[in-house]
This record gives sequence, C-alpha cells and structure tokens, in this order.
Amino acid sequence: MPLDQRIGWGDSFSVGAESKSLVRRWSGPVGTLRALAPLARRLVESAVGGIDSWMTGKLGEEFNERLARVPLSLTPTGVDEFGLDPQWTKYALASVALLHRKYFRTEVFGKENIPAGRVLLIANHSGQIPMDGALIGASLFMDVEPPRFMRAMVDKWTQTLPFVSLLFSRVGQVVGVPENAKRLLENNEALLVFPEGARGIAKPFDKRYQLVDFGLGFMRLALETGTPIVPVAVIGGEEQYVSLGNFDGLAKLLRMPSMPILPQLLLPFGVLPLPTRYRIYFGEPMHFTGDPDDDDSLIEEKVFVVKSTVQSMVNRGLQARKGVFF
Amino acid sequence: MLVTGACGRLGKHVVREQHRLRRVIAVDRRPFPDKPKDVVHEQVDMRRKKLKDVFRAEPIEAVIHLGVMHDPRASQAEHHSWNVAGFQKLLEYVAQFKIPKLVVLSSANVYGPQPDNAQFLNEDAPLLGGARFSEIRDLIEVDMLAQGFFWKHPETETVILRPVHIVGAVHNAASNFMRLPTIPTLLGFDPMVQIIHESDVVAAIGCALTPRQRGIYNVAGPSPLPLSHIVKLLGKPSFPIPYTFGKAILKRLWSLRLTTFPAPELDHIRYVCMVDDKLSRTELGYAPRMPIAETVRSVAVESW
Repeated sequence: MPLDQRIGWGDSFSVGAESKSLVRRWSGPVGTLRALAPLARRLVESAVGGIDSWMTGKLGEEFNERLARVPLSLTPTGVDEFGLDPQWTKYALASVALLHRKYFRTEVFGKENIPAGRVLLIANHSGQIPMDGALIGASLFMDVEPPRFMRAMVDKWTQTLPFVSLLFSRVGQVVGVPENAKRLLENNEALLVFPEGARGIAKPFDKRYQLVDFGLGFMRLALETGTPIVPVAVIGGEEQYVSLGNFDGLAKLLRMPSMPILPQLLLPFGVLPLPTRYRIYFGEPMHFTGDPDDDDSLIEEKVFVVKSTVQSMVNRGLQARKGVFF
Repeated sequence: MLVTGACGRLGKHVVREQHRLRRVIAVDRRPFPDKPKDVVHEQVDMRRKKLKDVFRAEPIEAVIHLGVMHDPRASQAEHHSWNVAGFQKLLEYVAQFKIPKLVVLSSANVYGPQPDNAQFLNEDAPLLGGARFSEIRDLIEVDMLAQGFFWKHPETETVILRPVHIVGAVHNAASNFMRLPTIPTLLGFDPMVQIIHESDVVAAIGCALTPRQRGIYNVAGPSPLPLSHIVKLLGKPSFPIPYTFGKAILKRLWSLRLTTFPAPELDHIRYVCMVDDKLSRTELGYAPRMPIAETVRSVAVESW
C-alpha cells in the first residue's frame, strides 16, 4: 500500500486520512533501513575495492593502464551522449576480459589491421548468445593498439528487457538504427555490425559457419560516411551451444527473435557455454566508393565482396584449427 | 506581439521577457493577476469570435502560440476542441491579417518514447507519440496543422519549436514527476533523458522571433543524462518497481483519481525519446545557458 502511494504523488494528489496513517505505520522499517544505509555503503565500498584489486591481480596492471588511454567524450554528469558509463564499462570489460583470456583463451590474429579512426567491423554471427560480440570488444580493448571501447548495434527487442537494456546502454551498445550508427562513426568510433542479424546467431548446429544473407545497411553506411570496413571471422562460437533447431512458434509467442533447442541446458552447469577456444581473425581494411543511395542490386555486389571475404576467412580459420577446445 | 496561453507559468515568463522589447498582448481566458503594467491582457477564449477583434484592433507583428492545454484530467472532447479547434481559429486569423511571424510551441514528446528510437531524433523523424499514448494526439495534430500552415502560407514565417521536457517552476508531467518526494523508477530501466530549463525555452522563443527564421526546430537542454543521475542530483530517494506491476498500479490509481500521471507516460522512464538539436543551435543560434545541475534542481524552486 505505501508502495502504490509513492508512485502517484502528483501535485494535485491528496491522501485520505486513513492511508496517511498507513504510511506512518510503515515508516518504521524504512527508518531502520535508513539507519543501516551508511553501513551498507561501507560494505559496498570495501567490496568494490576488493573486486578492483582482484581484477588487477588477474588481468595485470596493463588493464588499468589501457583503461586510462581510452579516448572518451563525457558530459558533465559522467556518461557519454549514448549513455556509456566508464565505471560500468570497466567492470563489464574486466569480466569479459577474464572470459577472453581464461575461459575461451581467445587467439587474436591480424590486430594490426584495425585503423585508429572510424571503422566498421563486419563479423559472422554465431553462438546463440552474443558472446562473439563481447569477445571482439574485449580484444579491441586488450589486444589492439590504441585500446578502445567498441560500440555495437543491438536488436531493438533488447530495449524492452529490464536490466539488459540498462546494461547495454551503460557499456556503450546502441539500438541498431542507421541514425545511431552514423552518429557513432562521425564520432570516429569503432562500430561492430553483424549483418546476418538475429538469423545468424540462431543457426542450428548442422548449418554452423555457413553465413546467411547479409543486410545491406552497413554498406550504405560505409559509403555515406567513408568508413573502412574490416572483415572479422570468429571461430569457436558455433560449438559453445549445440542447437538442434528453433521453436519458431514459441519464439513468436514470447516475442523473442529466436528460441533455440539446446539439449545441453539439461546437463548440470549446462547454462554456461562450452569452453571452446575462440579464434578471432581481423582482415585487411576494405575501402568502397559509390553512391550510398544506389540501387539494391549495386549495393548487393559490394556486400557480396565483404560476405565472401568473411566466409573465406572463416573457412581458412576452420582448416587451420586443430581442435575445438584447445 | 500576441501571446496565447500567456497566463500559464511558461507564458508569464515569456511575457515578462518580451514586454521589455515589444508591446505585448496577452491572450488567455485565465486571469493574469500580477501582469506587468504595459501588457494588455485580453481575457478571451481562443475559440470565440472576440479573438478576431483583438487582431483587428491593431497591427500585430508576431504571434506566439503557447496555449496548448495538457491537463490530463480534462475531457477528451474539451481537449480536442480547445487545442485543435482553437488553434485552427488562430491560424485563420494569422493568415487573414497577414501576420509576418508565427511561433508554435510543440514538444519533443510528439516523437514518443519507443524501443527502436534513434538515440537522437532529428526533425524529420515520424511523430509516433500517439501510438501508445492517445492523449498526446492533440499535440501532434497541432504540430501537423502548424506544418501545413508553414507550407500553405509562405508569407508568414512559421517556426515550430519542439523542446524536450521543460522543467522549472512549470507544472507539467516532467516537473511534477521530479517534485515527488520519492522518485519511482522502473526496475532495470534507466533511459537517457534530456531536460531543458524554462528560461532556456524562453530564450529559444526569443531566437525564433528573429526575422527570416522559419522551420521546425528541436530544442534540447544542456546535455543528456540517465534518469538515475537526475535522482542523484535531486538528492531524493528513489523506488524501483517492475514495469508490469507499476503499470497496473498506476492504471488503478489513475482510475481512482489518485495520481496525475496516466499509465502510458511510464514509457518516458522506460525508453529513450531524445532529440538532435543541431539545427536550432546552428540556424536559430540558440544555446542553453542553464547548466545541467541547476536545471535539475530548478524544480524545487517554486517561484522566479
């Protein structure tokens, strides 16, 4: 009851005498909570301190040193215009960096191919959860010179999810609409795009590493902003969850982009992705010129060049790999 | 110069600012008790013929339309007739008497908070505010009427301003929300928001009055910030509630007339609805002067 009253305290709001007494009766536990607040704050502070030193121990001083070198443009309240908060990003990056180094033991090839200015990273999408995006982000921060915070475009569906939308926004992931992408590139950011979209991430196991159709939007964007395209191949994602297919009807019902059938979820700790070894290949930057408003068929030709480059990088990566887990 | 809706809090602010520079006629059916001496107050309803007499009486250089009613409790019919029919009458007279300048105060809310909004919407973005929140359709209609007028009557320089949430001593949803003793938030949502201080809106209206300015302009305040930072700057406790739960309660409270916030307005603390104000900065020469911290805290100040 006091809860509902807090919600609607408009200025013409008047509380009846009865409900006022309810509020008063309830102020007891709230008062106790207030008294405990300083203690809780100290606990949180010491916990944060502990996490910080543990993180430095695991990832080395290099992590903090690289963090200080990331170029940022923040507003007076300490976030950037898209809502990226450096504090949040630090912890998110630290946890992804741990996965990157210790769990998936990612190998990164061709890190010298990433230009320092604006760049579009075009990658194959895989793995049911967007771990590939997170690991590309981690390698852009941990391995590439200069270190930078990668921005990615996320599905608009994620914006309707509590916590997920919050987390994505604070770590610099933005809704996948062309206006956002253009603005980010004009700010000289590194932008990751999965042109396969949600169809790519939910591939069943028998279709692994076979790229589905690319969207055309990224090419128009690159032409419009004069951005170099770096093709990226990610190997290892398809085996982290073995998917037998998709429940399309159920996904539609739950308004989710896909609903993969994952038998491993029945196993203990099956929720965790399998510790496959990831390999990330950054290809040489590709430059395209032309009219961004060209006919679809003309844009398609250029997109096909990128798609086949990524596919051949994936194929070469698969041939070079000796085993899935090591 | 003629100002409609002059007795609202923002209207008074505009009148006080402008009467030092020009002769101001304030049009509003409400009383204007503390009006400056040289301001003429015409206490007329915009839908009445009497408004025409005001236009006929003396030549008018500019019309500023602030008289949009957004009392969430007023009936739909009253809303519609006031906002749309009244505005149509006003446009008719502006055309008939060949007024050289018309400034219409719309709102960035016409774009509406949506999960697939671009972070910064420009002036060409579709006006989807009514998709989930039907009460805002009037405001969209006013905006559209003004756009139609812009094309049909090139002899009048029409400026449509779409400011983000106006805060300060004004009584609107955003300011009232920030005045709550405990700020409710939605669990797991913390969208970026833009707010603008009322004095910056007044300044933007001043910029729009400059001769030869015409067009549609988004007007944003200092810099965007997450809702949680606003709560922190206000120094108030906040209370997170799950969306479905919050929506159900708010609907119930609304039907019991215990709140001034209709349930669809929850989307404003759920999704992004921010605008790109590049045009108003470059073309209108507008720049917000109030820093963000003062803008946030201004809701606590009751008078200026």
